[in-house]
Amino acid sequence: MAKADGHILRVQGLKTYFPIRRGVFSRIRGWVRAVDGVDLDIPRGQTVGLVGESGCGKTTLGRTLLRLIPATAGTAWFEDELIFSANRRRMRQLRRQMQIIFQDPVGSLNPRMTVQTIVGEPLKVHGLAHGRALRQRVVNLLEQVGLSPGYLNRYPHEFSGGQRQRIGIARALALEPKFIICDEPVSALDVSIQSQILNLLADLQDALGLSYLFIAHNLAVVEHFCGEVAVMYLGQIVERAGSEDLYRNPVHPYTKTLLSAVPIPDPRTKTACQAPVGDVSDTSGPFTGCPFHPRCSLAQDQCRQECPQLREIGPGHFVACWRTE
Amino acid sequence: MNDLLQIRGLCTEFRTEDGLVRAVDGVSWQVNPGRTLGIVGESGCGKSVSALSVMGLIPKPSGEIVGGQVWFKGQDLLKLTERQIREIRGNEIAMIFQEPMTSLNPVFTVGNQIVEAIKLHQKLRTRDAWDLAVESLQRVGVPSAAERVYAYPHQLSGGMRQRVMIAMALSCHPAVLIADEPTTALDVTIQAQILELLRRLQAGERMALVLITHDLAVIAQIAHTVAVMYASRIVEYTSVEALFDQPLHPYTQGLFRSLPRLGQKKRRLDAIGGTVPNPLAFPSGCKFHPRCPLGCDDKRCQSVEPNLRLIRPGHVLACFKAAGYEDSPPCDIPTQAPTEVSNG
Repeated sequence: MAKADGHILRVQGLKTYFPIRRGVFSRIRGWVRAVDGVDLDIPRGQTVGLVGESGCGKTTLGRTLLRLIPATAGTAWFEDELIFSANRRRMRQLRRQMQIIFQDPVGSLNPRMTVQTIVGEPLKVHGLAHGRALRQRVVNLLEQVGLSPGYLNRYPHEFSGGQRQRIGIARALALEPKFIICDEPVSALDVSIQSQILNLLADLQDALGLSYLFIAHNLAVVEHFCGEVAVMYLGQIVERAGSEDLYRNPVHPYTKTLLSAVPIPDPRTKTACQAPVGDVSDTSGPFTGCPFHPRCSLAQDQCRQECPQLREIGPGHFVACWRTE
Repeated sequence: MNDLLQIRGLCTEFRTEDGLVRAVDGVSWQVNPGRTLGIVGESGCGKSVSALSVMGLIPKPSGEIVGGQVWFKGQDLLKLTERQIREIRGNEIAMIFQEPMTSLNPVFTVGNQIVEAIKLHQKLRTRDAWDLAVESLQRVGVPSAAERVYAYPHQLSGGMRQRVMIAMALSCHPAVLIADEPTTALDVTIQAQILELLRRLQAGERMALVLITHDLAVIAQIAHTVAVMYASRIVEYTSVEALFDQPLHPYTQGLFRSLPRLGQKKRRLDAIGGTVPNPLAFPSGCKFHPRCPLGCDDKRCQSVEPNLRLIRPGHVLACFKAAGYEDSPPCDIPTQAPTEVSNG
C-alpha cells in the first residue's frame, strides 16, 4: 500500500525488539518483543487513543514512531514520507512536524533552564527565530497554553505540576507540528488539574488542526478524548474501534476485562471486575498463540497455538481473537 | 472513647527553608472496626501527613505535631513514649504506602522482610515466623507463596509487591490498616484485584481501614465514610452515599464535575479553575475562595475561615454559602448516621 493515504500517520507491521544480553561477552540471549507487529492509522486532525497496562509497549510504540528508539521492522508513513528510512536531514525536517508531550512534567524539563530557554530551544535548534523574534514567539506560545508571559525567566521548580505540563505543551507546539504524541499527559496530575490540561489539548486541536496519538492507561479519560481507540496487550493491538463502539460493545476478552476493572464512581454500584488471573506475562520467552491466552478464560487449543490477526467484525471495528469467529 | 481510632484537632507543622508550613490544620476523623474511612484530596492537601502523624512517623526535627490528640483504644498516642509507640505501630496500627518498590528493601528477600516485621512484634522462633510469612502471603493471594518468599522485590511485579506490602502489614493482624494511595501506581486490573483483596480482608477480620486517595471512584468502591481535605483542612465529612448523592462543598462539587466517567460523551470537562494553593502562602479566609464559583466576591469568604458545622444529620461541612450553615451547630466528626437523601 502506498503512502499514508490521506492519513497523517500510517503504521504497518511495526516491531521494536530489545536484545537481552547476558554473560561475559554480552551475547544476545533473547529478545523482548515490546512492539510486535502493530498496524495503526491516525486520521488527520483526529485523536487516536492507545490504552494498555504498563509494559504493554504503548510508550515504546510512541517513541519508535519518533525514531527515539530504532524500529526492528515495519514501515511508518508520515504523510508522504517514510519515517524509518529518512536520512538525517529529512528526519530533522520530520521532527519539526512530530512532537511529543511526556508523562512526567518534572523529569522532562531541564531544572537549570528558564522557561524562555526551554520553550525557545526547539526554535533555536532549528534556526527559526532568534533575539527579539524568539522572545516574542515564546511569549505567544505561553499565552497559547494559558501561562502568563511574566513567567519567562522562572525555573521549572517554581511551577506546579499542571503549569509544568503547560510548559511541556508550549515546547511541543514551538515548531508548529502537525502531529503530537501525548504520552500519558495527565496521569501525574491532580484530578482538578487533569481536566484543565485535557481541555487545553482539545482547544489546541480545534485551533491548530493537530492530530494526536493519545497514550493512556485511564480508560475513562481516553473515551471522552479520542475518536478512535486501540487496545494494546503485550506489544500487539488486540482491538481497535471507534471510541463509542469500543466502550459500548467491547469484543476482545482483554478489553472487556480492562473496562470492567475501571472503578465506578458510585457507591451503590460495586465494580464487578472479571479480573484476569495473574499479571501481564513476560514477552522475552518464546510463546505461541494469542498473547492473552494464559490469562483468558475462553482460551482453547487454537488460541495457544496460533496468533490471531486483526479482523474487521463491524464497520471500523477490528478484533484479534479466535473466539469471535 | 468508644471509638477505635479517633484523631481530634490534629495540627502538624513543618519548618522548611522558606518558612513554616502547617500541613495539617485542626483535622479530626475517626474509624471503627469493620469500617472504611476514605480521605480524599489533591497532592499537598495534608492527607498523608495526617496519617503519618497517627503513626508517629513525622520526620523530626523539621516536622512537629503542635496540637490535638490521637485516641487509640482509650489512650492518647501522642502522649506515649517512643518505646510504647513502637508496640502499637506495625502491630496494632499498620500502614501501606503508594510505591511498593521504594518501601521494600531491595537487598533482602520478601520473606526476610516479612519475618523481620513479625519477629519485631511477636515472640516466635524464626521457623514459625517463616511459616507465618508464607501463610500471610497466601492470604493476600500471592500464587506459589512457598517459593515467592525467597524472591527479591525486583523479581516481582508491581501488583505482587503491593501484595507483599499488604501481607507484611497484616502479618500481625492489626486493628487498623492505613493505606496511603495503595493502588495509584498500579494498573486498573491489578487495582481491582487489590481493592477486592482489601475489602475481603476487612470483612473477614473486622479490621478498620483508612484509605487515602485522590481517586473518587476508588472511594466509592470501598469507603463507608469520606473526609474531603483541601489545603490542610477537612472541608466536608459524611457518609459515602451522602457525599456522592449530594456533595455540598463547592470544592467537592468541582471534583465531581471534573471526573471523567465511562459512558459520558463529552469532549470538554468542567474544570476547577486555578491551582492548588501553595502551603507557604495560603489565601486568607476560606482557602478555596480564589477558585470558588460562589465565594470569590464574598467579603466574608475572603476574610474568615469557616469552621466545620453539622449541616444535616451525619454531614459536616465548612462553607458559608451552604443553605442552613449559619444555624448549624459546630461539629467536626459526623457521629450520627446520616439520613437517607431523597432522590431528586
